[in-house]
Amino acid sequence: MAADNRYEEEEVRTDDGSPITKPRPIVRLGIFLVAHSPVFSVVFSAAGVLALLLLPLLAKNTYISENALMPGSARSMLSNRDASDGSKLVKDIKNFRLNHEGQGVEVQRLIGKYMSEMVAEVYYQKFQPEGNQFHPLHFFSGPASYTLLRNVSCASYGVNVVGIIRAPRGDGKESIVLVTPYDFINGGDYEDLSLGVVSSLFSLLSRVTWLSKDIIWLVADSRYGDYRPVAAWLAEYHTPSFKVSDQLKCDELNTADNFRRAGTVAAALVLKVDGRSERFEDILSIYADASNGQMPNLDLINVVNYLAVHRQGFHVKVEKVVSLLSSSWLKIVGEIFEAVGKVAHTLNPDWKFGIPAAEYIEGSATLASSLYSQAFGIPTGPHGAFRDYQVDAITLKISPGFPPDSKARQHDFFLRGSQLLEGTIRSVNNLLEKFHQSFFLYLLTSPSKFISVGVYMIAFALLVASLPMVAASLYVDGCKALTKSTHNSAENFKSWKWLDAAKQVFALHLLGFIVTLLPYFICQVPGQHSPRNRSIMWGTTSSLLLVTFVTIPGCSPFSSRLHGTNWAILKSVTISAAFIGLCLMSIINFATAEIGALLLVPTCLLAQPIKPALRSRRVKSLLGAFCSMVLVTIGFPVIFFAITKGLVGEGLVGLSLGGEFWTWLESLWAWKSATYLYIGMVHLPCWLLCVCILFHPS
Amino acid sequence: MARLVRSWILLLILQSFLVSIAFGSKEVEEFSEALLLKPLPDRKVLAHFHFENRAPPSNSHGRHHHLFPKAISQLVQKFRVKEMELSFTQGRWNHEHWGGFDPLSSMNAKPVGVELWAVFDVPLSQVDTSWKNLTHALSGLFCASINFLESSTSYAAPTWGFGTNSDKLRYGSLPREAVCTENLTPWLKLLPCRDKDGISALMNRPSVYRGFYHSQRLHLSTVESGQEGLGSGIVLEQTLTVVLQPDTTSVERNTQPSWSLNSLFGRKVVGRCVLAKSSNVYLQLEGLSGHELKNVDSEIEAHKLWKNADFELSLKPDRVLREISSFLFIFDIEKSSDSEPFDLGLTWKRPSKWLCQLAPLHASRFLMGSGNERGAIAILLKETESQEKLNLTNGRCTIKVNIFQIFPWYVKVYYHTLQIFVDQQKKTDSEVLKKINVSPSTDKVSSGMMEMMLELPCEVKSAAISIEYDKGFLHIDEYPPDANQGFDIPSALISFPDHHASLDFKEELGNSPLLSKFKEKSSVRSYTEVLLVPLTTPDFSMPYNVITITCTIFALYFGSLLNVIRRRIGEEERFLKSQGKKKGGLKQLLSRFIAKIRGRPIEESSSSSELQSSVLSSKLIFKIILVAGAAAAWQYFSTDK
Repeated sequence: MAADNRYEEEEVRTDDGSPITKPRPIVRLGIFLVAHSPVFSVVFSAAGVLALLLLPLLAKNTYISENALMPGSARSMLSNRDASDGSKLVKDIKNFRLNHEGQGVEVQRLIGKYMSEMVAEVYYQKFQPEGNQFHPLHFFSGPASYTLLRNVSCASYGVNVVGIIRAPRGDGKESIVLVTPYDFINGGDYEDLSLGVVSSLFSLLSRVTWLSKDIIWLVADSRYGDYRPVAAWLAEYHTPSFKVSDQLKCDELNTADNFRRAGTVAAALVLKVDGRSERFEDILSIYADASNGQMPNLDLINVVNYLAVHRQGFHVKVEKVVSLLSSSWLKIVGEIFEAVGKVAHTLNPDWKFGIPAAEYIEGSATLASSLYSQAFGIPTGPHGAFRDYQVDAITLKISPGFPPDSKARQHDFFLRGSQLLEGTIRSVNNLLEKFHQSFFLYLLTSPSKFISVGVYMIAFALLVASLPMVAASLYVDGCKALTKSTHNSAENFKSWKWLDAAKQVFALHLLGFIVTLLPYFICQVPGQHSPRNRSIMWGTTSSLLLVTFVTIPGCSPFSSRLHGTNWAILKSVTISAAFIGLCLMSIINFATAEIGALLLVPTCLLAQPIKPALRSRRVKSLLGAFCSMVLVTIGFPVIFFAITKGLVGEGLVGLSLGGEFWTWLESLWAWKSATYLYIGMVHLPCWLLCVCILFHPS
Repeated sequence: MARLVRSWILLLILQSFLVSIAFGSKEVEEFSEALLLKPLPDRKVLAHFHFENRAPPSNSHGRHHHLFPKAISQLVQKFRVKEMELSFTQGRWNHEHWGGFDPLSSMNAKPVGVELWAVFDVPLSQVDTSWKNLTHALSGLFCASINFLESSTSYAAPTWGFGTNSDKLRYGSLPREAVCTENLTPWLKLLPCRDKDGISALMNRPSVYRGFYHSQRLHLSTVESGQEGLGSGIVLEQTLTVVLQPDTTSVERNTQPSWSLNSLFGRKVVGRCVLAKSSNVYLQLEGLSGHELKNVDSEIEAHKLWKNADFELSLKPDRVLREISSFLFIFDIEKSSDSEPFDLGLTWKRPSKWLCQLAPLHASRFLMGSGNERGAIAILLKETESQEKLNLTNGRCTIKVNIFQIFPWYVKVYYHTLQIFVDQQKKTDSEVLKKINVSPSTDKVSSGMMEMMLELPCEVKSAAISIEYDKGFLHIDEYPPDANQGFDIPSALISFPDHHASLDFKEELGNSPLLSKFKEKSSVRSYTEVLLVPLTTPDFSMPYNVITITCTIFALYFGSLLNVIRRRIGEEERFLKSQGKKKGGLKQLLSRFIAKIRGRPIEESSSSSELQSSVLSSKLIFKIILVAGAAAAWQYFSTDK
């Protein structure tokens, strides 16, 4: 209201005696929004949350966008002979395991022998199971930069087996990669099945004439995790080092110099078979998230889903947050939406936006998982390694519904599994161009339903929209307060009052930047430290830094009284910084920005000095202060981490929390997740500023 | 009329007869056909059709030819082509299993798609023009998009790296050209018997195109007569090389599959092309065990050769030639007829294995790096189990390797980043690089070219050459329709100038053009793979966005321009002053509405207007409710049906 008056006054003053000319409508709209920012910010934020809740309703059914794919149009050529080839390999490996206790590369040799019998070119690749090191400069850099081989030990290395089938009449420009992670030392019975499926398929592909792209089968040595062998193979495929490497010196298997390639990789499928499913039928889970929320083209998921459901009769699912399935509030929301949908349906039968509550809950749980894994920024499987090379890849994890020793069902399983892969490969083989037709930015709510970027960004836009409004209105307020205090209105209003506040905001962002880099130096501290100790180290150094920053005059938000800075201006600049940070993050990783906005927007909007509220002792202001206190507490990354852990259903541990948080962060930077940067450089400074405002001595 | 025509025909026949008698003593046009069959170690069979057409140097024929295709001779005369080779290829030559050291593979293993090179006999300034015209003529002749080689961004002028040293040589290739029967049919039309008779009758399209490798080649060269006043003769050599997989009925995996011409092609030879001077079928068997090489003089021994414990031929060869590591069985198909067709068959009795002669080094090429910004091209040379390697120069055993490579302009190669690794040790250029010739590309004008000669030690295990590049941006209309597929980098040519592939026969050959071709010494050469570079592509499916953005910009531009030109601020203010008291109804309403939301009375409003406006607003609300109600009712009733 006050701002409004001031505007009117200003208008009158500038026009100076002439009748009031109205500004342009868009300007008037802006003024109107700014003037009523408290109402609108509440409305927009509520609408943003509502839009997020509505997303499962707005999900569309997937469809095959690229016509060339034509999934399922060709009859499968896979025969029982091929499936029995697969069974034979599995049997041989099992027997081999029984007779030879463990070491060496004999199993690899056995698989290699099978591959070469199928007229494939076979080679073995050695790799080092090196751990990812945090290096601040390697964020966003290409995958080439981290292949620094340090002291190589001969004791531990993995061996991948790779077979290539050349397309009979193809030109060898493109290839399709099949990956089966397999632990050669202690692989279980179920892992053998994945080899059986792919070898059945390989036996077929060595005979067919329709191939136009070469097929590469990579049996990745998953002794050191699923991701590392695939990443090592891809690094060797794309960025080989021609210099002599120490690895070759420790030779058991002649792997030197016979690495073969097959052109640009068009798509990749990772097949894993693990533990038995609870149901009788076989369950196929699709994992697609790569690092930093990057997704493969939706068409690839569609093709697999279509073939699995309509041709092979798998039960297809994607990951979901299980704890949400039983949450009562979600059920209530779902029932409300269902009721609204029914009402709308009675009004107009064409309005079909209502879905059953159960379906809504399923969709929300899947959506939450999709958002979570994208926001986390860590690939959900070995397919993530391919994304670094712009290759579309997904992981198919099959949980067979039979015990591993059931021969009859195993044969059937090989037949169906390899028919699914055959169909997918045939579709990708049809592609003349690379995957580009369908979506890359989407969230899944079920294997056959998705929300595209155009829909899900509305929720974020609504959430964030209130920030600039509130910032503008606070700025106007702050300026007015300053004008009052200095009694020199004309000059004061024009001067850059926000500069002081900006300095403080900048100082805290700088602090956030330094805190982000600290783990690198903490890792360099010699000696073995537990994650908990490291996190304590980090916490202490960060606090010390904060104290140092606070004592520097001019930078500290607490010394503002000397300069006469109003908290409103500080809050206005904070909100602007949060707005910019969130918008930037939404470009890099949308899901992180969405979850960040859910946290940061209410915190920033509600942050107010609690001193006057306590002094006034009015219920309304006390409630406001309490809310902002709660929000600020939740907003602290460690607390939020603990709450999320609790929500996901993992046990909350009191003392080891610091250690767990450290491990979590370590995984973030190890996978080069931009979420880490977001936490350090956007969330933490804004949170600190909110704390400053909360305890502002005004 | 009919009588007149008949007499004309008679006259013509007489004339041609007379002409042939008159020039009978001199060289005449000759045509010969041959088919070479060769079982390959990986259970496939190679069939190599070879047709040679010679037009002797003469000026007396004028523009007339008996056998020689007129289209080709016109081409040669018009564009003054000295030598030319055009090949259409589908599939990859498998250097490891199909050989890389024999003349057959080094001449007929061609890069995927179309390859064309030509040497012209015109002044240097006219070479490019002749090339462009030639590409268009060939494009029409062979139903292929050879005319795309006309653009200066797609061809290059190699100096020495290609093997033929001439500054009038032009080379270009189209890796993406699809090869099909529409290219084979015009090629067959150049043969005097087409595919109606003789060996070419075997070319059953489905079986030819079912093969694993398919390369049709046309090579022509002019022969200078050396005599004054005589024109030059032309030699046209047409070959078709296919690698076929015989249908395997045998269960045994180790035995080579048995085959016959009928099972391979689905047809039999029912007689030779009567216009051909010679028509032979050859069968080359490599790597036969040594005991048979001892003595083949007597008839019994010869008989043993084609009917023994290892294999059996269905027909008795007319002659058997011996080479160092192989046998050549020669069959004359003259005796075959409709009643007794020529159907050569080979039956394997025992499992047998042999190795092909491999090139000294196996070359492969691949792209390095990821992303849409930059990358590197690497050529990897690896040692093979080749027999012939020794080549002493200055007391040191070395292998000379020529690499010839064309880079399209959108692959911006940085030649200074050339790195050479020999046996995983980085070498300086002076150590291994004998010669290098580089012509950088110009954006959108010409393609880049690199020729280099490496001298590697004989005991080399592997050698790698890498060179970095930046990916260029194309203009929107330069993208092909399938831009998202990526762009091709044509094959590189790896040749070994000191290694010569030739078949060294002990016996006298007779005048078989195919065998004399094989006896010629030609340097060993192989082509690398075609590479696919993904470039950044604009989102072509978004013309809508472009249109909207353009329209918005236009609207903004014209709107502000009109405002600047048309509006007079002073006039408007005066107008406003005069209009100050009586406002428009809508405007008043708006201000009232705003005031209401702000919760403040309008400053300048009088009591009368307030009264009026309250009436007005209630009227308006009523109206809105009425319209909304009508809409809802209509919606309800209209959709209920």
